[in-house]
Amino acid sequence: MKYLSEYRDADVVNKYLDELHEITTKPWTIMEVCGGQTHSLVKNGIIGLLPKNITMVHGPGCPVCVTPLQLIDKAVYLAEVQKVILCSYGDMLRVPGSKKSLLEAKANGADVRILYSPLEAVKLASENPDKEVVFFAVGFETTAPANALSVLHAQRQGITNYSILTSHVLVPPAIDALASDEANVVQGFLAAGHVCTIMGISEYYPLVEKYKMPIVVTGFEPVDLMQGITMLIKQLENGEYKLQNQYSRVVQPEGNKDARSVIEQVFEVREREWRGIGTIPISGYEVKPEMKNFDANVKFNIQIEAQPNNNECIAGEILRGIKKPMECPQFGKKCTPLHPIGAPMVSSEGACAAYYHFANINAEHETV
Amino acid sequence: MQNTKLYKNNLYKVMSNSISFSSLSCPMPKFDFDTINMGHGSGGILTHQLLNSGVFSILQNDMLNQKHDGAIFTANGKLAFSTDSYVIHPLFFPGGNIGELAVNGTVNDLAMCGAMAKYLSLSFIIEEGLAMKEFWEILVSIKKACDKANVQVVTGDTKVVEKGKGDKIFINTSGIGIMHPHANIALSNIKEGDAVILSGYIADHGVCIMSKREGLEFETDVKSDTVNLNFTIEHLLNEFGNEIHFLRDATRGGVASVLNEIAKDGNLGVDILEKEIPVKPQVSGACEMLGLDPLYVANEGKFMMVVDAAKTQDVLNALRKDTNGTDATIIGHITKEHIGQVILQSRIGGKRVVNMLPGEQLPRIC
Repeated sequence: MKYLSEYRDADVVNKYLDELHEITTKPWTIMEVCGGQTHSLVKNGIIGLLPKNITMVHGPGCPVCVTPLQLIDKAVYLAEVQKVILCSYGDMLRVPGSKKSLLEAKANGADVRILYSPLEAVKLASENPDKEVVFFAVGFETTAPANALSVLHAQRQGITNYSILTSHVLVPPAIDALASDEANVVQGFLAAGHVCTIMGISEYYPLVEKYKMPIVVTGFEPVDLMQGITMLIKQLENGEYKLQNQYSRVVQPEGNKDARSVIEQVFEVREREWRGIGTIPISGYEVKPEMKNFDANVKFNIQIEAQPNNNECIAGEILRGIKKPMECPQFGKKCTPLHPIGAPMVSSEGACAAYYHFANINAEHETV
Repeated sequence: MQNTKLYKNNLYKVMSNSISFSSLSCPMPKFDFDTINMGHGSGGILTHQLLNSGVFSILQNDMLNQKHDGAIFTANGKLAFSTDSYVIHPLFFPGGNIGELAVNGTVNDLAMCGAMAKYLSLSFIIEEGLAMKEFWEILVSIKKACDKANVQVVTGDTKVVEKGKGDKIFINTSGIGIMHPHANIALSNIKEGDAVILSGYIADHGVCIMSKREGLEFETDVKSDTVNLNFTIEHLLNEFGNEIHFLRDATRGGVASVLNEIAKDGNLGVDILEKEIPVKPQVSGACEMLGLDPLYVANEGKFMMVVDAAKTQDVLNALRKDTNGTDATIIGHITKEHIGQVILQSRIGGKRVVNMLPGEQLPRIC
């Protein structure tokens, strides 16, 4: 398979591993921001192959994990009380709200559907004119164009029974918040390749300068990750801090202008709460006031109060890299993928679930 | 009186319409109804019409023709008994339908016990409104699957539920099989060093079904792998008997679930190699697109075997000669290390634990 099998080649991975073992002389702590990268690192067993003095910290880049409790409660409310057809990406369904998850609401009779594309939800709305259809628009910059496009499609087709419940977060403000944290332990970042495919790479230059920290825009296949980690460690070992683009076969420096234009027509940047981390300024997308007819918050005048997060969950410390999933007293005991206390245990991109699924929870080391 | 006459006439009409199963197609006889309604489950005339003109006419055999409350037969020796329910959506999919799935599923469950299926029970729970044409097509598939697996439906039941209380049709089959004289299939027989053999390409059935679901439709030429495995297993047992320590078909929950059952229930460790697990490129591509792991996706014609280390290559060679095992591979070994865990070595040489699936496999967001 062109552009896929080459990036899963064991020989190429080993070449980078050899280089990495050769150049790594000091202990380094680096973070992959994106949950897709966490998933790939653990699925392919990469962490166990790295030199022992490289510590990978799994960042907050799992959109499911950082979606606030209040938004899950809102989605459940729309499905149960407003009787809408609530459409969502699959892994949002198991995330616990303050009382229940969407999966539990579905089992109780709410019309909750798993879709792969928000455009399917628009189709559903046109096929069910007597029902309201809401798409739970979750994600980083990556899914924002498709979610925004669904609104433009509905508007163009005159569909009035479609709206979105937005939970969009942005990567650069999150890196800014993490790097400026007094407890920060991270010395370099792997930035998410697909986010940069949309947004370009210019937003990362100021971060590199401000924190004098290397950032490498990186892809998701084993060879991508190994090359990205090697590029980052090389910079750290040489005392350099630059923005580099490992994923140049996909990421253009200017990003995808058309996709960004779609985002700008529907969304505006606002302050946003990140589950487990807190509120970060200018770190999320909300539907613009002029598009309010497609904003489920406005349309259904949702009044759901924020509930406190479960204080047994240390997701905040895990997502900031201060603690490892195994350092949580509940990990694998009270908190499992079947009964998650916190969101990172839900999505397979979540740091806790990734460790639970793919790492040896009984072993002393991170991976077997 | 009029109703009875209608019933008799209808029965006559159907009986006179000769059905040949040797031909590939099996034309539906003329019924007085196009869809199944609540009356067909009432136990009255409509039920009799449905059974006589539909089920009995097509599945007929000496025992079923008795129209008793149950089947009466003589059996000698060691038997195996198994049951399974089929609730698949959509009912019809490339490579098969719910009917043959219901036969093959129970035939295969018995085969995995080391038993050759002989008699089946067949129960339908039908949602009113099911088109008779669809029901007929399912019956024809059941008949063909029974003939292929050399098994007979000897008793059954039909219930109809109101619209909205089912999903067109649910089927339950139970089966009785005669144990192969050389079979000794048990988790407790598995020992350190045994090889784990997988019979062929995985995840075809699950990917095929998903490709046909509303909202997910995507174009693929992947077909369900539903097939009866009883003769394949019989041949292997004839040749290797108790060198085959364990058998299980990798249906719901896929290969990963079977491996975990071996590790957890058998108190053993399992090491597997990702590069040895056969996945067709189009299946692998679909799984990536859908955010699913093929190790957890359902199969309906693949099984796993744990065999004695000394006989591994012989068993593999024999299996590869069978049409249901041409792509079989040795995917791993049993170990006394990491008891209770399945550890996969990835293509690039890294290792990870393959766990049981917590609930339904939910697609990843991106």
